[in-house]
Amino acid sequence: MKRLIFSMAALAILAACASKDVKEQPGAGVEERKPSVDVVKPPVKPKPDTGPVVKPVDRKPIVANPLKDPSNILSKRSVFFDYDSAIVKDEFKPLVTAHARYLVQNRSAKITIQGNTDERGSREYNIALGQRRADSVKQMMLLLGTQEAQIETVSFGEEKPRASGHDEAAYSENRRGDIVYAGE
Amino acid sequence: MRYQEPFNCFLLSLLWLLLAPAAFAQLKIEIIGGGANQVPIAIAPFKAEETLPQQVTGIVAADLHRSGLFRIVDSGGLTPIPAEPAEVEYPVWSARGAEALVIGTVSPMANGYWDVRFRLMDVVKQTQLTGFAYQVTTQQLRNTAHRIADAVYEKLTGDIGVFSTRITYVVKNGTRFELQVADADGYGAQTILASNEPIISPAWSPDGTRLAYVSFERKKPIVYVQSLLTSQRTVAANFKGSNSAPAWSSDGKRLAVVLTKDGNSQIYLINADGSGVTRLTNTSTIDTEPNFSPDGQWVIFTSDRGGSPQIYRVPVTGGTPERLTFEGSYNVSPRYAPDGKSFVFIQRNAGRFNVAVQDFVSRQPQLLTENGVDESPSFAPNGRIILYATEIRARGILAAVSSDGRVRQRLSATAGDVREPAWGPILKSQ
Repeated sequence: MKRLIFSMAALAILAACASKDVKEQPGAGVEERKPSVDVVKPPVKPKPDTGPVVKPVDRKPIVANPLKDPSNILSKRSVFFDYDSAIVKDEFKPLVTAHARYLVQNRSAKITIQGNTDERGSREYNIALGQRRADSVKQMMLLLGTQEAQIETVSFGEEKPRASGHDEAAYSENRRGDIVYAGE
Repeated sequence: MRYQEPFNCFLLSLLWLLLAPAAFAQLKIEIIGGGANQVPIAIAPFKAEETLPQQVTGIVAADLHRSGLFRIVDSGGLTPIPAEPAEVEYPVWSARGAEALVIGTVSPMANGYWDVRFRLMDVVKQTQLTGFAYQVTTQQLRNTAHRIADAVYEKLTGDIGVFSTRITYVVKNGTRFELQVADADGYGAQTILASNEPIISPAWSPDGTRLAYVSFERKKPIVYVQSLLTSQRTVAANFKGSNSAPAWSSDGKRLAVVLTKDGNSQIYLINADGSGVTRLTNTSTIDTEPNFSPDGQWVIFTSDRGGSPQIYRVPVTGGTPERLTFEGSYNVSPRYAPDGKSFVFIQRNAGRFNVAVQDFVSRQPQLLTENGVDESPSFAPNGRIILYATEIRARGILAAVSSDGRVRQRLSATAGDVREPAWGPILKSQ
């Protein structure tokens, strides 16, 4: 069941391969905080023995890049924060650790961490708050051996919200740091 | 040394520059409230004004009315309409309740220009208070009307008029962002920059010829300076990390910007061309939203060095910053008054964000608005009006409040959200 779902998700991502910027994909935000089974909707009905429905787009292996493999934690790119906080919460530490390890193992890989805030308050102060969130993720990666030159932290402040609502559900989705690999 | 992003070139196609006026982007102005003591003034139609492609007296009346300091007295139904002092029958105007009267003439000149003359008459004393003549092109007629309103305003209130100045702001329409410049009455909007990525924090150079702003067109905040005369623009700050919050020094030679190249958000001084970077603040906390004092001696800014965002000032030469705000846990976005005696800022109280002013002597904050969603306040160059961004029914609009809190205006675009306003300077050439 799990494999099936992951494969479906992989297909979905391949189908959407034109949009490389993970951050921009609508609805991409919530999945990190939910059990991964909830990722694919509508739910896939179990069909015993059918196995993964891989009618390949072409014959290439579906998962070549761990950064894009939905079953790999490296495909998770968003770290969410509490209100007025830049502390990386425990639930996101495995994600940050995985990316730090990847960067240690791939010294030529580079990332940008994009900090974001909810819409409340001064736009420029929010740029600074988003920067602090991105830097907080970066500091954790540096402690894990990632090199300074592999990471640039920038802030979008409240300017590029993923959720457009004006309630806590939207706000919590927008208090976020996104990891984007160079070339993506 | 500039930090280069290796993978941004394809993003440049998302951006394009426009200079043509955006006809759809007109701002509409509503006035709420008014001054306590309004001067009753009549504005007689100028002689031969009907031959003009652009009426003048209607704009003068609208400007004066909008300030909240004048009551426009009906000037209709008189024949002949007075155009010279000798033609004014003062008792008629007194009977209508006017204390001041504007008369004038327009006539075409051989070179295609228009000769526009006006006089401001004191109806009570039956004397001329002021008068000017202008030789202008058809395109300058609207601005000439604003200048006449400025002259009347100055004579009758003792303050500097700002009707002939301009404002800048950002319009967001769907995923499209436009940095626009318009007359202070919202007319003549021109798009300076259009982009599919956000634009924030526009700031006027003191001579009104350039705008500094932050654009996200290269997937990170970068500070640009753009000439309004040539539309040429240069990168003022593009260092590793975020570059934001530009503010002009009073001589127009330097900018204060917020950079993260050395870690956290700190305030730096740079030359307007991006050279000569020096660090002004030195903390491990957030220092942002710098703004120069009019005398060029101080920089006021927001910092959370004390645990919550508060307003501080530091000598432009560096030194120990002094904390200025103590009420509440969130005071941000400070901007000096043109006379340097007070500053305007945003104060949060119980989750609501309002415009407040505080003078440097009493140090008492005074709330001016109660909308709860206000941001980005800045003074008009005469210090009498504060322009800011707010929301009505979840739509971004601009609003203005007189510095005594009595007169309010709203400026909304016909479409989209308007935000990030900044009032331009009084141009020296006028």
